Amino acid sequence: MYILVTKEVSKQFGGIKAVEGVSFKISNNSIASIIGPNGAGKTTLFNCLTGITKPSTGQIYFRERDISGLPPHKVAHLGIARTFQNIRLFSDMTVIENVMIAQHTRIRYGLLGAVLRDRQFKIREAAIREKAYEFLALAGLEDHADTYAGELPYGSQRRLEIARALATEPEILLLDEPTAGMNPSETRDVMSMIKTIQLLGKTIILIEHDMRLVMGISDWIVVLDHGVKIAEGTPDAVKNDTLVIEAYLGKETTH
Amino acid sequence: MFFQQLINGLTLGSVYAIIALGYTMVYGILELINFAHGEIYMLGAYLGIILLAFFTASGLTEQSLLLSLILTSVLSALFCAMYGFTMEKVAYRPLRNAPRLSPLISAIGVSIFLQNYVMLTQGATDKVFPLQLGETVITFQDVRMTVTQVSIIAVSALMMLTLRLFISRTRIGKAMRATSQDKIMAALVGIDVDTIISVTFVIGAVLAAVAGVMVAVYYGLVNYTIGYIAGIKAFTAAVLGGIGSIRGAMLGGIVLGLMESMGAAYVSTEYKDAFAFVILIVILLIKPSGIFGTDLPDKV
Repeated sequence: MYILVTKEVSKQFGGIKAVEGVSFKISNNSIASIIGPNGAGKTTLFNCLTGITKPSTGQIYFRERDISGLPPHKVAHLGIARTFQNIRLFSDMTVIENVMIAQHTRIRYGLLGAVLRDRQFKIREAAIREKAYEFLALAGLEDHADTYAGELPYGSQRRLEIARALATEPEILLLDEPTAGMNPSETRDVMSMIKTIQLLGKTIILIEHDMRLVMGISDWIVVLDHGVKIAEGTPDAVKNDTLVIEAYLGKETTH
Repeated sequence: MFFQQLINGLTLGSVYAIIALGYTMVYGILELINFAHGEIYMLGAYLGIILLAFFTASGLTEQSLLLSLILTSVLSALFCAMYGFTMEKVAYRPLRNAPRLSPLISAIGVSIFLQNYVMLTQGATDKVFPLQLGETVITFQDVRMTVTQVSIIAVSALMMLTLRLFISRTRIGKAMRATSQDKIMAALVGIDVDTIISVTFVIGAVLAAVAGVMVAVYYGLVNYTIGYIAGIKAFTAAVLGGIGSIRGAMLGGIVLGLMESMGAAYVSTEYKDAFAFVILIVILLIKPSGIFGTDLPDKV
């Protein structure tokens, strides 16, 4: 079953076509990667999928529901979460607050309850906190719950971003270069975290430049170049695709 | 003399502080200087006078002054909350993605509109407060303070404390903090940013309305231009504390109020209003980010 389907998605900024007629299908509970040289339109595509930008044309279906053009918080409620290339934590909140705020939006309770802190409110808060610790444990951050997010080391901040995204309880998790700027050991941590998330039944879509990571964990790879999909398939198929090799290394010329 | 001015300054300062909160909260979230915020305060003062006149005419004030003052504040706050909500919806929301100058000009437009609206409906002359509060004066050694002064300081302190608790503890408060740090990320964790922006305007308007009612009681008269000068002073207070910072606005308001009353007492009464602007110029020269402000890096 396909959890996410895009049909001819295009996005133009003025005269520039950042994404042009991209269609693909992502299977439920898979790890898919979107790769391509800089400026290929990967992040723009992510922005379209999460409602940050509205596609100029084309449709995006999440569980057969057309979500193209929905505002970001609605997309988040439906079950798509993401991280960014750069760190965008709420840095003057604590680690656990960052995770809890993402859970809060899932749960409704009256303002009065929150102000008076009645019994029901306390029970729910306790449940949220407990759940938040589970997400932190997944990121290996349970011992830093009360640290300010901005004070964590870089690798931990990136893992916290993934934990926060997970706390919105998405079905699809979009990760934009989760290992950018990481050393090999931090990269391995993230890789095993991604695999654990898959075991939780989630679908993961990655944008990633680290080819070893991409080839190692992806079930499916979509290759973009200049906004156009030039190939897709399993890691082995993509690795040997001439168009992909050309996009990365340039055309082979014969003298 | 010094302690007397301390009380006067605190009274004035706490009013500046609660108006300044409205500027700073909106700036924190939208990076917009809401120049029309002072007019909400002016509307609050007018509504205070109108409502109190109504309660006096209906005999409630005679029965219980406290109850009629509370009702006046609550109703004035309610009306101003609607003004604040509508203002954001009509004048700022459609310009959400416009260049930054456009909402600023829109804010000036709203300000001019509200001033003229009140001038046309209420007249251009001063409106006098409908009842003389038989002022009880508390004397402590040689410092005199009126019950009104003490109440203004107490009510302001209570509102600031409530706001702090609201922002640090409640779900909406936390969502406000998250939204002010990163609007897109807030939306992506499921926060409805538009609702949070509306809430911010409503809270700012409620604070300003209560400030308006209190000042109407304190000075006993209002006119349609009071929002302008109070707005600029509260804005100065917000900049002094570091615009975008809640505790900065609180501290900035108090400091500005104290400086003004000390300046009036020890330097010159005629230059009282000039102090605010001298302070504004000095901060902008020395520490443009204010007391608690941080130099924010540009968001990517």
